[in-house]
Formats: sequence, C-alpha cells, structure tokens
Amino acid sequence: MTQFLSYAIPGLPYGCVFALMAVGLVLTYQTSGVFNLAYGAQAYASALIFYVCVNAGWPSWAGFLAAVVVAAPLLGLAMDRFLYRFIRSAPVLVKLVSALGMLIAIPSALQLIFGSQERLAPPSLWLPPDSVYFHVAGDAINGTELSTVIVTLAVVLLASLMSHFTQIGLRMRAMAESPRMVQLAGINSERVGVAIWVLSSFLAGLAGVLLAPLFAELQALNFTDLLVAAIAAAALGSLTSLPLAFWGGIGLGVVQELLGGYLPSGSVLSSGLRPALPFAVLIVLLLALPGLRERWFHDDPLSACDPPPPPMAAAIGGHGLEELLRGGGWAVLAVFFVSCLTWVPGNWTFTLTQGLAYSIIFLSIVLLTGMSGQISLCQAAFAGIGAFTCAQLVSHFGISVFVGIVAGGAVAAVVGVVVAMPALRLGGLALALATLAFGLLADNVGFQFPWSGNGDSGVNIPRPQLGSLNFTSGKAFFVLAFVLLIACAAVVLAIRQGTTGRELAAMRGSELAAASIGTNLAKLKITVFAVAAALAGVGGALYGSLQGTVSPNDFNSFLSLVFMVVVVTTGVYTVQGAIQAGMAYVILYQVLDYLPSEWRNLFPILFGLGAVTYALHPEGVVEWQKRRVVEIVVGWRKHPEAVG
Amino acid sequence: MALVEGTGISKRYGGIVALDDVSVAIDRGEAVGLVGPNGAGKTTLFDCLNGVRHLDAGEICFEGRRIDRLAVYERARLGIGRTFQRLELFAGMSPREHLMVAERVHRADGRLWKDLIGRGRARAPVARVEDLLVELGLDEVADDPIESLSHGHGRLVELGRALVQDPLLLLLDEPSSGLDTREAVGFAAVLLEVRARRQTAMLLVEHDLDFVQRVVERTYVLDFGKMIASGRVDEVLADPVVRRAYLGEVT
Ligand SMILES: Nc1ncnc2c1ncn2[C@@H]1O[C@H](COP(=O)(O)OP(=O)(O)OP(=O)(O)O)[C@@H](O)[C@H]1O
Ligand SMILES: [Mg+2]
Repeated sequence: MTQFLSYAIPGLPYGCVFALMAVGLVLTYQTSGVFNLAYGAQAYASALIFYVCVNAGWPSWAGFLAAVVVAAPLLGLAMDRFLYRFIRSAPVLVKLVSALGMLIAIPSALQLIFGSQERLAPPSLWLPPDSVYFHVAGDAINGTELSTVIVTLAVVLLASLMSHFTQIGLRMRAMAESPRMVQLAGINSERVGVAIWVLSSFLAGLAGVLLAPLFAELQALNFTDLLVAAIAAAALGSLTSLPLAFWGGIGLGVVQELLGGYLPSGSVLSSGLRPALPFAVLIVLLLALPGLRERWFHDDPLSACDPPPPPMAAAIGGHGLEELLRGGGWAVLAVFFVSCLTWVPGNWTFTLTQGLAYSIIFLSIVLLTGMSGQISLCQAAFAGIGAFTCAQLVSHFGISVFVGIVAGGAVAAVVGVVVAMPALRLGGLALALATLAFGLLADNVGFQFPWSGNGDSGVNIPRPQLGSLNFTSGKAFFVLAFVLLIACAAVVLAIRQGTTGRELAAMRGSELAAASIGTNLAKLKITVFAVAAALAGVGGALYGSLQGTVSPNDFNSFLSLVFMVVVVTTGVYTVQGAIQAGMAYVILYQVLDYLPSEWRNLFPILFGLGAVTYALHPEGVVEWQKRRVVEIVVGWRKHPEAVG
Repeated sequence: MALVEGTGISKRYGGIVALDDVSVAIDRGEAVGLVGPNGAGKTTLFDCLNGVRHLDAGEICFEGRRIDRLAVYERARLGIGRTFQRLELFAGMSPREHLMVAERVHRADGRLWKDLIGRGRARAPVARVEDLLVELGLDEVADDPIESLSHGHGRLVELGRALVQDPLLLLLDEPSSGLDTREAVGFAAVLLEVRARRQTAMLLVEHDLDFVQRVVERTYVLDFGKMIASGRVDEVLADPVVRRAYLGEVT
C-alpha cells in the first residue's frame, strides 16, 4: 500500500493539469462545437509569458496576472472572435485544420516575439520548487507539486461555487449542458459564450503555468502531449461531462505514474509506455465507447457536408485554357528538371530533391484527405515506418536500397491496413484524433527501439546503386527522386480517374449514399489507407536515403500536423497540389535559412495562418491564385475594355 | 411470396422506442405508401430495411432470403435502392457523374489493379446512363455541378442514382419535401412513368397525401413506432384511428 501510494502521489500534479485542460476543452467543445486543438498552444503561451516575466524580475504574482489572468483570456477571445466564431457550422476538416494552424502558428509567433533560446528550469507559480514540505508514504512533496494540487483544487472549488450561485455561472452551466436550450430560453448566448471562452482560456493558461515546472525545460512539444492527455481525459467524459473529464484527468495522471513505478525501470517499455499512456487510452476509448463514436460520427454539433471545392482553374476558362494550363504545368516541370541538372547550385539541388521526397509523402494526404475525405494525422509516422524499414533491411540483410524503398512502402501499407481499422468505425474528428494518437505512439514508443528508429541516434540509409549506375551524386539522386515522384503521381492519377477514384469521391461526398449504391466502404477505406501509407513510406525511405541518416525526430508526430496544414493550404484536391506543397515547403525553408535565425519561426507562422485560408478557399491558395489569374485573363479576353 | 418481408421489427435509440414490432410485406412491382406523423419511425424503418441500422428484434427477408445481417452495400447489390429525406449527394460531381458512379459500382468490375493499368477509366458515354438522364429530364443539367442545381433536381438525381442499379425495391423517403407544388407534381409523374416502364416495387414515405394517392396502391400507417393501419389510401384515411393519430383529430 505504501509503495502504491508512493507511486501514485507524484501523479497527482500531472493529473491536476490534465484535469484542468480536459474541463476547458469540454467547455468550449460543448458550447461552440469547435474542438479547440490549439488549446495546447494556449497553455504554452501562458507558460512562456510567465517564464519571461519572472525572468525579467517580476514577482510571480505579477507574472501570474500578466500570463494567466490577462494574456490567456485575451488570446482565447481573439481566436474565438476572429476565427472560430465564423466556422462553427463548417465541416469537420475546416474546423480541424484551422485549429491545427493555430496550434502550429502560436508557439512560433511567441518565439518570434520573445526569442527562441532554451528556457531551462521554468519557475514555479507559488511555492519554491526545491523546498520539501512534508512526506507522504515516503514521497517528498516539493513546492511545485504542492502548489499545483492546491491551486487546482482552489480553482475548481471556486468555479463550481460560481456555477451554482452566480447568474453567469448558472447560465454557463446551462449552456454547457444544452446550447440550444439556452438560445431558446432567450438568454444572450453570445455573451455567455464569450464568458465560457474566457474561463476556458484561463484554465489553459493556468494549466500551462502549472505544468511548466514539472519539466526541466520549457518546450512547445510538451504541451502538444499535454493536449492529447487532456483529450483522452475529456473522452473519458464522452466530451460532455465536466466532472468525468476532471476525474478522468486526475486518474490518467496517477495511472501514468503507477505504470512508471511498476514497470521494470530502464526498459523502453517504462520510458516509452508511461508518456504514451494517454494516447493508448485515447485510441481505446475512441474505439470502445459507442456513445462517443455515434456522437462524433453523427451529430458533430451543427455539422454540414463537405464544402464543394470551387471549380478548378482549368474548369473555368473552357477547354482550350484547360489544355493550356496542363501544357503549362508540363512545361514548368520540364524546365525545373533541366534546370536542376544544369545550372542550379548543388545545395539547392539537394533542397529540391528533398522537396520531391516530401511531395511523395504529401501525395498520400491528397489521396486520403482530398480525394477520400479521411482525415489522417499520422502520415509522418508512415513515412518513418518506410524509412526505418528500409534502413534496417539494408543494414541487416544487405539488400539493395531500391528493394529497401519498396519494402518500406510495403510495410507501411500493412501498418496502414491496421490503422484503417479504426477508420471503419470512426469518422471526422474521432478519426483525426485516433490517428494523431497513433502517430504519437509510433513516435514515443515504436520508433525508439534499436530495431526500428533507434531513438535519438537514428539509423543510416545509404544511397542506392544499380549495377554500374551510382546514385551517390546529388544530380543522379535528383533524377531518381524525380522519376519516383512521377511514378507515384501516376498511381494517384490512375486511381483518381478510375472506378476507385469515383467511389472515393462518392464516399467523400456522402458515406451513407455511397454505401446505398453498393460501395463496400470497408474495403475502400482499407485500400485507400494502405495505398496512402505505402506512398508515405516510399517518400520517407527516399528522404532517408537522401539524408543518409534519419532519426525518429525527422518523422515526429508534430510534423504530421505540419504536413496536413501545408498540403491543405497549398491545395489538397489535386496531384499538382501535393507537388506544389512539397516544393513550397522546402523552398520556403531554404529561403528563410538565409535570414537571421529568429526568422525561421516565420515558417510555421506562414503555414499556420495559411491553414486558416482553407475555410475560405478549400481548393488551396495556389489553385485560388491560379483561378484569379485565369479569371482576369478570361475576363480580359471577353471584355478587353473592362480591365485597366 | 412477397419480394420483401419484414416481421416483428423493433428498434430503440436509448430510451426511445422508434419501431415496435412492425411488420411489412411488399410484393414484386407493388407500390406501397408509408405515412405517419413526424417522428413516427418511417426513416428508421427505411434504415432498418437497407441496413444503415441493425434491428433490435425481428427479421427481414428479401426474395425469401434473410438479409438482416447483411451490410448496406450487400443489400444494395441484391436490389434495394434508396433515396434520402435529407439529400445525400456527392459534392463536386455532376448529375451524370452521380449516375456513372452508381453504374460502375453496379457493374462491380472496379478493381484497383484495373485502375492502375488504366483499364478503369470512363470510356464512351454509357447508354443506360444517358437514357436515364433523358427519362428523368436531367439531360439539360447533366454536366452542371450538383451544388448549382435546385432541390427538385437533387431529388431526381438521387432517384436516378438508385435507378441505374435496376433495383427490385426502391425506398423513397419524402421525395416531395422541399419541392414546390409544380416540382412535386412533376416528380409524381416521373415516378409513375418509372413504374410503368420497369415495374420496380416501391415503398414511399410521404406527407403529401395527394402525392401518395397518385402513386401507390395501398399504404401503411405508422404512429409512435407502431403499425396502426394498412390498406387502400382512401379507406385508411377514413379509419377513425388513423384520423386521430395522423391528422390529430379529436372525435
Ligand atoms: N439517431 C437517433 N438517435 C436518437 N433518436 C433518434 C435518432 N433518429 C431518430 N430518432 C428518434 O426516433 C424516432 C423516429 O424517428 P424517425 O426519423 O424514424 O421518424 P420519421 O417518421 O422519419 O419522422 P419525420 O417525418 O420527421 O421524418 C423519433 O422520435 C426520433 O426522435
Ligand atoms: Mg423521416
């Protein structure tokens, strides 16, 4: 018993933080219908501001006021007023991508403002971290832990008193239980909604400030993990019940530490499984709780059907223009190819070859999300599986790298079939979260073994060789990547134009109707997940061979989110979209490399904000601009006098 | 033997009993109505017949074969077609493409490898699809994006999408809702013509009783999940039980 307690008690502070976040998530999801994935970033924002204030010599109460009482609600309100408010009844993909954009942009924006240096030993909110207050079951309780628990209890007590005895509190509670009823009762639900956003953002800020000192360094990534833990806790309450979400959070924190205590220490299991527990719990909950599934599948609050992508640039100008645009595309490709082989400097050829590998990975997102309407947030994990499979096979069995790349794709496809299983039962948001959790599991556990990604040291993949043909030179490898990309693009195009592609488009439009005309959705989903995973795997293996050495960090779960945002921003409905995304991704990165290092943060900010444009331009910015140009040209041809 | 026969069908959603021991039987080529007030369970009965929802109790036979364990797509391939109360169209596709997908799925030769070697592409226009577009009066708008069409056209596209598959039984869920009077009359005429040409059996959910009377031979009446009457439309409507339930008349 003493041992049990001594393992369980250190889990309480984590549990408290999870619980605060879970409650905040449920509050906003229930009342606004937006699943606020940027919530982790909000927590990070407050933690960072608190750190900066305290480091500048402010007393911690002043830092608390600035970070949690002022900044957190302001940030939350800004997001609600300028973004979420407008997309409440938008399709799941729009809501999700907008929130993802925020999740990616906010930390970078903060680092651009406050600098991106290492931030060690985050300060404790209240009691000093190194003084021990008392012992429980042999655990020394330090100031950080004690203050986390006390502050959480105080805030929860205050909030529940408020929700029972003040008018705004009562209304908030009513709204969290049934937003429609509140509207019917004639209460100004806008105002109550704002109050809820303020409260929820305050909770995020508080959780952020409380969580920070539990880690040695203040890192944005820790807050993404925190977010998933909070989602798992919220899922325990079916995303509706505040008390269940709260206790779910506490329980998760405690069980996590218990696992750490009882599992053999030092093994990958204990170091990997402990942090991975929330993701595993989330996957299991999503699959197991029928209520949750139905809720997310059928009545995503105020859901609508997918926005019809506006006509593609080619479709507007009539047939001749379509040919012209297609011809133009080929011409650009040819010029690009020849340039890379002739005058482009070596480091840029390398960058562009990276772009080709990314384009292959991005094709998988076009196939899955653009063509089939399935939201997968673990494509980087599939790329990693491809790369690590290739590396291990090549180094252990001495097979050709070409075979290794193909095998990487094949193994990724098999895993893709496994990941497709939840997709058979889940849709929309639930599928997105399940795949996100899978990505985190792969990243934190799967890739850490010596036989897979080999942790931080990574694995080596040589450049391929074919008889006397050697692909070690940059230009030769470029040609190889180019050919591989064309082949992969051809596969996606063939699927799109064939029966499968039509069925996929039907499934994206309406699963119900697609099934009612005899489409076997299960088979279709498994197929498309497998093919997409194979594409990502091939792209990942190619990328690995280009780099020479790859580690799990090259395919971490956060990258999956970035990939999704990048592709959706540039154009998720077309094969060209994937290639444009791959190129834009590396070129922008390379260009920012010439600027001072602080400016590197512009990269996620640009794509994060770009993601927000998806709500307005689901066809992607590139397609949107092309269309504008075409419209101007066509308008000018028809009415030359009208322009200029 | 009836074409489709459901016996003792029950379906609950949590505490709500949506269907309670309901039995239906429809013969080949027969057009039958299904009327009842809002929330009576009509759509739920459709969902149970075509497999979107599983039964809590009861069984369903189609051409003498138990189908209540089959998936939606398997029942569709056996010959159960359906339209939806809230339009379920494929965003971004034209009416012609809607029918083409249905036609290709019906042919069931869509294999991934065929697509990969380029054998799965749309070739020449398919005669069946073109004929159907003309028959339903959709030929003028066949290539317009579905989003730009009227509700009435949307209903016709759903009907066409189901008809391409030569269903033996057609489940129509409130086809006239959202249509104006002229469109509704037009739709009824199309339905009559469809029946005259291909003897498809139909189960028609409809609030517009004129519409029902024009299309069907007999009708079922559902109220609070219970089948309270069945028979010829005028007889059923004269039944005091039905009048009380359906028209809310107090006698
Ligand atoms: N997904 C669901 N979850 C819970 N209850 C449901 C669900 N779908 C329907 N119901 C309930 O089941 C009952 C029957 O609904 P159904 O949609 O079958 O009625 P209906 O006869 O089609 O009504 P209408 O004429 O309005 O279309 C109603 O009380 C409805 O509220
Ligand atoms: Mg209905």
